[in-house]
Amino acid sequence: MAITTEPVAARRPRTRANPQVRRNRRRQSLEGWSFVGPATLIIMALSVFPAAWALLLSLQKWNGFAVPKFIGVQNYTRLVTDSEFLDAVGHTGVYVILFVPASVLAGLFLAVALNRQIPLIGFYRTAIFVPFVASAAATGILSTYLFSPQYGLVNNVLRVLGLPAQGWLEDTNQAMLVIAIMSLWGQAAFTTVIYLAALQDIPNELIESARIDGATRWQSFWHVVWPQLSPVTVFVTIWQVIGAIQLFDLVYTTTRGGPLDATKTIVYFLWERAFKYLQFGYGSAAAYVLFVVTLMITIALVVYARRKNLEAF
Amino acid sequence: MATAELGTRRRRRRLSGWHFVLMPLALLFMTPFVQMLLAALSPAEELVKFPPPFIPSRLSLDGIVGLFNDTQILRWLINSTIVSLIAIAAHLVLCSLAGYGFARLQFRGRTFGFFAIVATIMIPTQLLMIPTYIMFSRIGLIDSLAAAFVPWLASAFGIFLMRQFFLSIPVELEEAAALDGANKWQTFLRVILPLARPALATLAIFTLLGAWNDLIWPLVAINNENLFTVQLGIANFQNTRRTQWSLLMAGNVVATAPLIVFFLFAQKHFIATMTMTGLKG
Repeated sequence: MAITTEPVAARRPRTRANPQVRRNRRRQSLEGWSFVGPATLIIMALSVFPAAWALLLSLQKWNGFAVPKFIGVQNYTRLVTDSEFLDAVGHTGVYVILFVPASVLAGLFLAVALNRQIPLIGFYRTAIFVPFVASAAATGILSTYLFSPQYGLVNNVLRVLGLPAQGWLEDTNQAMLVIAIMSLWGQAAFTTVIYLAALQDIPNELIESARIDGATRWQSFWHVVWPQLSPVTVFVTIWQVIGAIQLFDLVYTTTRGGPLDATKTIVYFLWERAFKYLQFGYGSAAAYVLFVVTLMITIALVVYARRKNLEAF
Repeated sequence: MATAELGTRRRRRRLSGWHFVLMPLALLFMTPFVQMLLAALSPAEELVKFPPPFIPSRLSLDGIVGLFNDTQILRWLINSTIVSLIAIAAHLVLCSLAGYGFARLQFRGRTFGFFAIVATIMIPTQLLMIPTYIMFSRIGLIDSLAAAFVPWLASAFGIFLMRQFFLSIPVELEEAAALDGANKWQTFLRVILPLARPALATLAIFTLLGAWNDLIWPLVAINNENLFTVQLGIANFQNTRRTQWSLLMAGNVVATAPLIVFFLFAQKHFIATMTMTGLKG
């Protein structure tokens, strides 16, 4: 995701003397802002301004009605000792560990499998990509149906195979796993598409010459293809981590944080605090912690990639 | 001729090892949708039987009829359509304008403005939710359709996407248009925009997916059932219609089918543009 900046031609020595040049420059500025102004204004109003306001809110105690009370960093100090929040961080971590490696590996594997011209390949690709459009609401309802202990397909299959029925979403140890599996179903397409594009960018000669040198298919994959894919791997890992840390929708539509809070994630916690208990300040503090954690993980992954000379950014 | 045919068949058979991997995977990925469709078309009582049948004994429209008679699904579909169409239209106009401006025009504050916008991509939407909710309720936007589409009018990602695309168009085209006496707006509308169709399609797909499928924001901003989006409506079924599986699944089908159809038609586009916009640069 390299950000290509054009050479800025406007950086000439200032020629204040020439009014013609100045008028031209003002016209150019006006023209430029007439293009970028409306969208920039919206981004400022709906991202930059609320982000700044959330920081202020996080330093206040406020329920939306009474007079906000400035309490400094108390919301933050309360968060680090709030066992409910710490549990939410733990549950989110479990989900990240379950989901991210699986989605990256699944993407890689599916991309390799789908990157060939064989009959039915169109059908295979479509079947694997289509779940990407399923919403979290639909996926959630589907999950409760498929993994329903009594009526669900999954337990029905287990029954036919003579295996014991499981509690799935109603079991504190399995609920997060079910959510990760259904996330994977919906999102494998994303990592697959990215890897597929990267695979198609690798020059064929590279692989062919490795094969001519006597490498097996397996060797040429690990020694030629995989290193070429590493920037993409860094990219999709970061992307999936950011998404996974923000898990909310699927939890809301399956377990509502249950059973016994086993699937209560950071975002679920902050949503509950802000919009169920109207603790706007405390919720904003949780949101800022989320933001900072996301930022730190991203920076750590980028630094790691730079160290290993994987140029993803 | 017979030997030639044999030859191709043999070559095909040699390749087909992957079918043993891909066919089960493809079927596995389709299973939830197939189940959804079967359940939507099952008689209600069969879905709460134990053990549940794998295939319904007969097809029934109970779920779909119940969905349209007993719930406001039609209204929610219309709401979602309005929200998505406005979001897409606004996104296409505003992001392509801004993307072009940041890619090609010289003006004061350009670099700073662009990096400020790109930086906002890092901000999680959950962080913005609380202040945005307060802001919207102050100006009376809560519990209106506008509350659902205003956050989708433009996005930093869309601007970034369009800018990257415009940078890939050769400058010579614009220079030629300028020599012919076209101003920046004319150049943009007549020369550049027609070339941007694939990027605009990508942007439209992203916006559609985002606006149509959004759940957390409508959940926060809309309480009036008449103004629910279809996602909010079906998510709410879980409170009110817990084990009415055929109705629930019919709702799922109705909420998902438009996007599936759209995806089937635009799939190649979707993948091609994703490659082109270069997540690798």
